[in-house]
Amino acid sequence: MAELSIDRFVDLYAHRTSGMSASEVRALFAVAARPEVVSLAGGMPFVEALPTGDILDVVQEVVDQQGAMSLQYGGGQGHLGLRERLAGLMAAEGVIGDPDDMVITTGAQQALDLIGKIFIDPGDLIAVEAPAYVGALTAFGAYEPRYLQIEIDDDGMVVDHLQEAFVRGERPKFVYTCPNFGNPGGVTLSYARRRQLVSLCREAGVPIVEDNPYGMLRFEGEALPALRTLDPDNVLYLGTVSKVFSPGVRVGWALAEQSVVQRLVLAKEASDLCGSSFTMLMTERYFSDEARWRGNLATMTELYRSRRDAMLGAINEHFPDGAMWTHPAGGFYVWVTLPEWFDTRAMLAAAVERRVAYVPGTAFYPDGRGGNRMRLAFCYPPEERIREGVARLGDLLEDEQVLYRSLHP
Amino acid sequence: MKVAVLAGGRTPERDVSLRSGHRVLVAMHELGHDAMLIDPAETPLAETLQERSPDLCYLTLHGKDGEDGTVQRLLDLLDIAYTGTSAFDCEIAFDKLLAKDALDRAGVRTPAWAPIEDAALRDLGGGAALSRAVERVGSPSVVKPSRSGSALGVSTVAREADLAAAVMAALSFSGGVVVEAAITGTEVAVGIIGTPGEVLPAVEIVPKGGTYDYAARYTAGATEYFAPARLADDVAGACADAAMAAWTALHLRDVTRVDMIVDGAGAPWVLEVNVSPGMTETSLLPMAAGAVGMGLGELCDAVIHSALGRRPTG
Repeated sequence: MAELSIDRFVDLYAHRTSGMSASEVRALFAVAARPEVVSLAGGMPFVEALPTGDILDVVQEVVDQQGAMSLQYGGGQGHLGLRERLAGLMAAEGVIGDPDDMVITTGAQQALDLIGKIFIDPGDLIAVEAPAYVGALTAFGAYEPRYLQIEIDDDGMVVDHLQEAFVRGERPKFVYTCPNFGNPGGVTLSYARRRQLVSLCREAGVPIVEDNPYGMLRFEGEALPALRTLDPDNVLYLGTVSKVFSPGVRVGWALAEQSVVQRLVLAKEASDLCGSSFTMLMTERYFSDEARWRGNLATMTELYRSRRDAMLGAINEHFPDGAMWTHPAGGFYVWVTLPEWFDTRAMLAAAVERRVAYVPGTAFYPDGRGGNRMRLAFCYPPEERIREGVARLGDLLEDEQVLYRSLHP
Repeated sequence: MKVAVLAGGRTPERDVSLRSGHRVLVAMHELGHDAMLIDPAETPLAETLQERSPDLCYLTLHGKDGEDGTVQRLLDLLDIAYTGTSAFDCEIAFDKLLAKDALDRAGVRTPAWAPIEDAALRDLGGGAALSRAVERVGSPSVVKPSRSGSALGVSTVAREADLAAAVMAALSFSGGVVVEAAITGTEVAVGIIGTPGEVLPAVEIVPKGGTYDYAARYTAGATEYFAPARLADDVAGACADAAMAAWTALHLRDVTRVDMIVDGAGAPWVLEVNVSPGMTETSLLPMAAGAVGMGLGELCDAVIHSALGRRPTG
């Protein structure tokens, strides 16, 4: 009688890895990545729209002028010239920050991980908007927090619910939110709620983590002031060039007060010493020409706007009664809520069989709620494919309704 | 010998199949064969096979198209030999609704079940018969897609009120659903290889989370396995007999894995058979072979020789 050891380290792994397991949804995504499937699942920026010449130019300049530096280690805080450029990029959104108060990270994703690392002890309470960016949940999740989930509506996080929790005596370590065209909700935190959120958190002594990857991808309406702008002392601000330039360069940043920055830098050095000098210098060069990056960004934003219009039009045409969805004024995502009995996780197999994919809603909640919801991304497929994918999904939803009624005669 | 290992495909078990296929490919190379891996989702299969004209296809495709007779029929048409069960018998074995019927007719013990089919629900008002399914099967029950694998779309239902949702979830994977009586006991898998079939020792499956679901199957360390299973000799013998009875009843060939549960009285209940059992590092058949000192190479070699012992069925 031999007990077989599939993984001889199984008793040695840290408790925090217990949630890291194979999943049916991952298995289905392996099929959904195939070209015949219209994937409305992935939030990939359409980098194909960037002019190759612009990229060649910046790479050439880096190699010619900073060749050795680009191949060398750099400081843990990230290249100063890049921080200055990114401070300028933030200023374009009204966020004023000193390059000294910034740390460059491997995408904003690493900033989320580092924030978890320096703030969360196992069992600590953190507040997250619900639904929240799945990557934030997995980054924080590795530090084993408990979650206070604050639902969103069309005006973003329902701050009243956070207030009620504070009144009950709950004191999370921080509040995480993505206030502009959030992932996955697609909604924007209203001005009134921004004011309410910053004053509530300041009074309670609870810092806010403001994640802003999509703020510059606005299709309509006026930009609202960042939470960081409303309360620079109590907001950790996260930015990234992933959506306004390229996710491949892996450049993001955190802007925070010095004491936090110091810890973030130390945590980052412990994790990977420093970011990629090459892509940092490349990114610095790219943003050195304002006409260039603004021009490309305008092209991209226009493209995303027409894709959003295509998606909303198709949803309107093909989705059955009882479905509700958000109307994002920017960003990448539409968030769909179906009648309560829908199980979008189980339905994904049937969707992939019909050559369309989405992300089931449960991924965006720490406790598995959201079973009747789904995220649809309009950023990557061309308009025709979006219409085709939404039509396939609409047919499936109709068929599911017929099936549901037949099971509940 | 020129061997084409077929793996991948377009099913949710694509990744698992590729992992199986890569391991078999390595084994083929170690056996000195001129082997290549072909993924029908990446390459037009018929065309590629006609170009390469392999002596044999080693099938590690899982799920629809790979285990349901589809690829087998195509290979028959191309007159290319392949490992495993014939097209017609694959179709029966892969579909739990058909396989359970065939097992039952042959006197192989399989848990009580009720069929639910998508078309019957949509077109024949079959929803009104749902309560009959519960009456027949009792509670708790296990709801499974009839034509799928790796426990995808499977759920255990303890309350009748949850049955409809479980049926809908399973129908997402397949046009038919089996509602099966849940048997409490020890889960075991019995592999059979070669011609005539050689029964390998049973492997006992102890999922740490209690359920042998997709995560428990494919996350290393999520399940404990014992090979041979910790069964009394007579019980182990009964398992081997049940596996062989299923093999015979379903006309299986070359390689199979029979999944069963041994109840508290020591009686094995056959749940399903797999005509293309997983060959990944966490798969049961390689473990069973390992229990008799047989490595993956030797296992694959036995399968190949069994397949080559006959001409392709035209």
